[in-house]
Amino acid sequence: MLEIKNLHAKVGDHKILKGVNLKVNVGEVHSIMGPNGSGKSTLAQILAGRETYEVIEGEIIYDGKNLLEMPPEERACDGVFMAFQYPVEIPGVGSAQFLKAALNAIRKVRGLEELDAMEFLALVKEKIKDLGMDEKLLHRSVNEGFSGGEKKRNEIFQMALLEPRLCVMDETDSGLDIDALKIVAKGVNDLRSPERAIIIVTHYQRLLNYVIPDYVHVLVDGQIVKSGGKELALELEEKGYAWVEEGAGAAR
Amino acid sequence: MTQEKDRYLESFVRFEKAISGQDWLRPVRQAAIARFAELGFPTTGDEDWRFTNVAPIAQTSFKLASDTRIELTPREIAQFAFPGLGDIQLVFVNGRYAPTLSSPGSPGHGVSVRSLAQAFKDDRDVLEQHLARYAGYHYEAFSALNTAFMEDGAFVHVPRGRVVEKPIRLLYVSTATDEPIMTHPRNLIILDEDSQAVIVEDYVSLGAEVYFSNVVTEAVVGQNSVLSHYMIEQESKQAFNVSTLRIEQGRSSNVASHTVLLGGALVRNNVHPVLAGEGGECLINGLFMGTGRQHMDNFMRVEHASPHCDSRQFYQGILDGGSHGVFSGRIIVHKDAQKTDAKQTNNNLLLSQEAQIDSKPQLEIYADDVKCTHGATIGQIDEDAIFYLRSRGIAEDAARAMLLFGFANESLGRMKVDSIRKQLEALVAQWLPEGKLLEEVR
Repeated sequence: MLEIKNLHAKVGDHKILKGVNLKVNVGEVHSIMGPNGSGKSTLAQILAGRETYEVIEGEIIYDGKNLLEMPPEERACDGVFMAFQYPVEIPGVGSAQFLKAALNAIRKVRGLEELDAMEFLALVKEKIKDLGMDEKLLHRSVNEGFSGGEKKRNEIFQMALLEPRLCVMDETDSGLDIDALKIVAKGVNDLRSPERAIIIVTHYQRLLNYVIPDYVHVLVDGQIVKSGGKELALELEEKGYAWVEEGAGAAR
Repeated sequence: MTQEKDRYLESFVRFEKAISGQDWLRPVRQAAIARFAELGFPTTGDEDWRFTNVAPIAQTSFKLASDTRIELTPREIAQFAFPGLGDIQLVFVNGRYAPTLSSPGSPGHGVSVRSLAQAFKDDRDVLEQHLARYAGYHYEAFSALNTAFMEDGAFVHVPRGRVVEKPIRLLYVSTATDEPIMTHPRNLIILDEDSQAVIVEDYVSLGAEVYFSNVVTEAVVGQNSVLSHYMIEQESKQAFNVSTLRIEQGRSSNVASHTVLLGGALVRNNVHPVLAGEGGECLINGLFMGTGRQHMDNFMRVEHASPHCDSRQFYQGILDGGSHGVFSGRIIVHKDAQKTDAKQTNNNLLLSQEAQIDSKPQLEIYADDVKCTHGATIGQIDEDAIFYLRSRGIAEDAARAMLLFGFANESLGRMKVDSIRKQLEALVAQWLPEGKLLEEVR
């Protein structure tokens, strides 16, 4: 479904990714872990189409298509979704209006009927309940005045609503208390399906107690230095990132 | 400058000769024109006019509109209909009341909604008590001109305890004329104790000629009364418009002034509430959207003259092309106005390199137990927000339209009358380059 080949990227003169290779098959859950500044978020943002990052080498193939040539909205309509680490507050733009615009844009591309206001509201209310969120959020501006936890849950809620095929979660777990973490984990587990792939980008192993990944990759200094099964996350938790960083240093 | 002034002084001599009756007003008119003769047109050397050069107005030879009467049919003004608003509407064509286009509706028992020209005949006592008692023709040249030349406008009087449920719309239409004309619409709104009304002043153009509207509205809001005032400027890009809203607020009164500026070449919007009685509240909410060479100057002067009053100012500017916006917000807290709570916020979006905004807060505080805050921001459209919307499947141009509309909507959202807000939402969406895209998502 997704193949990242020898990806190099920079911001300004600062090289961040230095040859990332990753293959994700549909139905799999991958976790990308790594210390701060290793390039995890950069990778997530590039998948979503952020133009701040300049890809200087390599390619990303998504469903046989060259992902890097698609603008962000086209990727979204084709099933790519990134849950933001820092969701943006958009004063004056109502949540309901935003979600309806997004959902109908995506449905249009998928050849589905656009939902009218009634159908939309029914769907949204059902999904919002699943994430233990207050319906009142729909009447507020997008993310405006939301707490950190509400913002993160709102990302998962959008993910559930838009039903993407490739979910990328950029440090969705950081800063969450245990209750919010469990709700987020349940949201992700509910989305697990043979038709969908999920990439969880995280600094901590905590979320992986609730969402068991099929594969764990460790990103250090712009490269994946170690890959393994779920037990790799536990090993990292125990030994710390210094363990792989040293290994990576020795290998070079 | 003298020459320009002389033109007005000569016009006044002819104007005054032509009016019959209204003897009680003569001293006021004469005092006003005499004051104008002393003041002359303001220059950018005047602190209150630092960012606005009125030379284009001063140097144009405007004729009084009263000499050129024009009749319009309802069909010709059908495009300015205001859906869902109600049926109380006074229409003025080139400053003069047009009875065949107006519908007085049914504002309720004892409520007067009529032209000022009619009120000069019917309501002399009330007029004598209030007219020209508030708007500062002693220190403001445009108010002085208006006071000297006033002859028509709207008169609204809501007696004690009455609530006018439907908004009262005052539609000012300016039409094509051979020569540039000027009008001096004068509105007097009086709400007696415990009463309530909504007034909509709406300025529109038929044709794209140069003309000058110089408006003064005095609103007297009695004890415990509630006034919502809307000012909508949607004239042609050639029109000059100077308007002054002077509000006198009684004890525990509540006023909301909403302004939306979309049209006009050079627009000066003066809003001047005086919280004269204890416990009054006022909200001053505005949105100005300029493009091309438009110049929009918003001059707020909020006077706290009594204790325990709250004022809130929120002005939002969106400036595109080579347009120039100005926001001056002055808060004056008099010595006795203890426990004043005054807040002012002015946020601006610049959409082009050439667009310009001058934002100037000013606090004059003579009391010692008050809370006053002010803040201004100037920024571009938030690219992070654009990316956020795009990453959810929304096309870039639609995302831009949503953000701009969202910014404007912060202001529109404070407007409580649904029919008015919806109409303004539609006008704002039309203004936006990608506004059409909003129809699907709004």
